[in-house]
Amino acid sequence: MAADHSHSQTTYDTHGDAHAAEHKHPTWKTYKWVALILFVITVAEVWIYYIPSFVASRAFVPVLLILSAAKFAIVVAFYMHLKYDAKLFRALFVFPLLIGVLVIVSLLFLFGQISVRV
Amino acid sequence: MTAIPHEHGHHYTTTGLDHRKIAIWAFIGSECLFFGSLISTYLIYKGRSVVGPFPHEAWTNPATGQTFPPILDIPVTSASTFVLLMSSLFMVLAHGAVVRGDRKYSKAWLAATALAGATFLGFQAFEFTSFVHEGLTPRTNLFGSSFFILTGFHGAHVTAGVIWLITLLFIDFKRGLRPADAINVDLCALYWHFVDVVWIAIFTLIYLIQ
Repeated sequence: MAADHSHSQTTYDTHGDAHAAEHKHPTWKTYKWVALILFVITVAEVWIYYIPSFVASRAFVPVLLILSAAKFAIVVAFYMHLKYDAKLFRALFVFPLLIGVLVIVSLLFLFGQISVRV
Repeated sequence: MTAIPHEHGHHYTTTGLDHRKIAIWAFIGSECLFFGSLISTYLIYKGRSVVGPFPHEAWTNPATGQTFPPILDIPVTSASTFVLLMSSLFMVLAHGAVVRGDRKYSKAWLAATALAGATFLGFQAFEFTSFVHEGLTPRTNLFGSSFFILTGFHGAHVTAGVIWLITLLFIDFKRGLRPADAINVDLCALYWHFVDVVWIAIFTLIYLIQ
């Protein structure tokens, strides 16, 4: 199957000369493991959905959110190769993502869907 | 940011990065805010519908006495989630094949990704149709409005991705995608994976959390 496919990305130094900088991308083996991990996490999510005692517990929502966040991060890091790519791409994605999450949480507090017990 | 023409038609900016990749990441960033607004709308209205059907609870219509079961079908949605996750794997393999100049596998994996995307849309069409038959439309209650808007927009994004994939597949059949074209597949792959991660969030927040 596919071997390691390193991806050449040209960058420019301060004198304007282009030089190739090798950005190593994940191998087929890594992609296979990522797919397996995503599958296992999805099975775990659906599994706990069918355990009534766990659904009724306080841990249900945090566990689902953590599992979902893990899947999200794995896809972004490996499949979207943000782990290996330029920091500017990371900033272009993570900054709006954090604003989006902040807006969601703020609105949920504002409309009383979540609250903090003192 | 000045664009500098480069061999193979690549245009690098003074940052040293291809401006098309900067553009797609900026677009994906804006999409985070777009889906963030739709998800927050759904979550704000969650549990505030006056009449059913409801997502996770049965409901009896007091006027007719008719009972509606919980409307979300988790096994079907789990299957469609699995298909979309696998499509992301097919997409990275398609990109890898184009980078290597392997035309046989690039066609196969691009076709597999497009097929998986179309299958996901088929699942969504089935779900929407069955909801309407069970009495849930966008006008029924707050859940129906916010659910159809959110998942409908996601489905529209998947549709755009499938069209993009079919276009790449057509080019691959017509003249072949060369390693120099890998950037075009990369842009499509980034969009496709983003559609996948949005579904990861939707699946948990809408379908699993009760």
